[in-house]
Amino acid sequence: MNRKVLYSLAFVFLVAGILFASHFDANPSSYVLIKPEEPISNINKENFDKMMSVLMHQRCVNCHPNDNIPKQGDDRHPHYFGMSRGASNHGYEATKCATCHQDENNNYSGVPGAPEWSLAPEKMKWEGLTSVEIAESMLDPERNGGRNHEEVMHHLTEHELVLWAWDPGVDANGVPREKPPVALDEYIKVVKEWFEDGAVIPSE
Amino acid sequence: MIISFTVNNQPQKVEIEDPNTPLLWVVRDILDLKGTKFGCGKAACGACTLLVDGQAIRSCSYAVKFAEGKQVTTIEGLGTPENPHPVQQAWIEEVVPQCGYCQPGFMMATAALLNENPKPTDEDIDQNIINICRCGTYYRMRKAIHRAAELTGDTNDSTPKL
Repeated sequence: MNRKVLYSLAFVFLVAGILFASHFDANPSSYVLIKPEEPISNINKENFDKMMSVLMHQRCVNCHPNDNIPKQGDDRHPHYFGMSRGASNHGYEATKCATCHQDENNNYSGVPGAPEWSLAPEKMKWEGLTSVEIAESMLDPERNGGRNHEEVMHHLTEHELVLWAWDPGVDANGVPREKPPVALDEYIKVVKEWFEDGAVIPSE
Repeated sequence: MIISFTVNNQPQKVEIEDPNTPLLWVVRDILDLKGTKFGCGKAACGACTLLVDGQAIRSCSYAVKFAEGKQVTTIEGLGTPENPHPVQQAWIEEVVPQCGYCQPGFMMATAALLNENPKPTDEDIDQNIINICRCGTYYRMRKAIHRAAELTGDTNDSTPKL
């Protein structure tokens, strides 16, 4: 095959290719962008959303106020009696959290209780933040009490005051308090998986 | 279950079927100390306030099991007619009570406050003395709390910390 024939064949293939391509819709919406990390981030997002549905529940956020005033109830009203953070997150000098809150729920009075009952430190104010902002705060050693990821994971899955949310007792009228929307076993599982997957915070 | 604790410097042992029984009922019905009052039963009004290891607690919401090994002080143990506690003396001087029902709780809360803050400001009083008085004796109580602080300062060496 001489050079002339080769050039002719190449020209024919080129023209055929252009004609073939021009018959397809080149609308970008028809393309699916494939990201190598997508399978992992999908798992992370699902775990993240479940975890945050718990952490944004009133059982958690009521004690992470943005105004130093603890909140109460499912309607998140300000704590009765003018209670506030005080100097050490435990209320005022003589009237403090432990004046009423003991290490266990009191189902006679409806006063909730758990070990180390207190407000979260002021730097851990979550009230009014988005899930992403809470997660960023939670992982920031400047705002999480200097904890690394493993310590945050242990805090979220083992601390008695955190786990109280699934055993919140009854209110002053004897009505059981609402629990977080994810069962405790499932919550612990998704939190651990989220950290094992790198604690990826999705973009908003 | 037997609970051992000290009430007004007297060792006590109480046998109780339900260890979650509020301390209030043990103090009133078993130990027959009627000065501590039942008000709301929900840790809201403060009529049941007494001291456990010097700290104010709402005894209607305090399971007796938590008092094991601790020192409980009720209004009966705050002082005596011959030697009243500065808070009691101030209450007498300022003629605070009207019906009187809630006053033991206020006095115990005040004693706890003075333990922590010997010279409370009005703001300190507003923050710490949050009991409820249906007679509205708050104005006289505020005066009495300041007077109790003066008396505590005068007798600081002789007033034992509760």
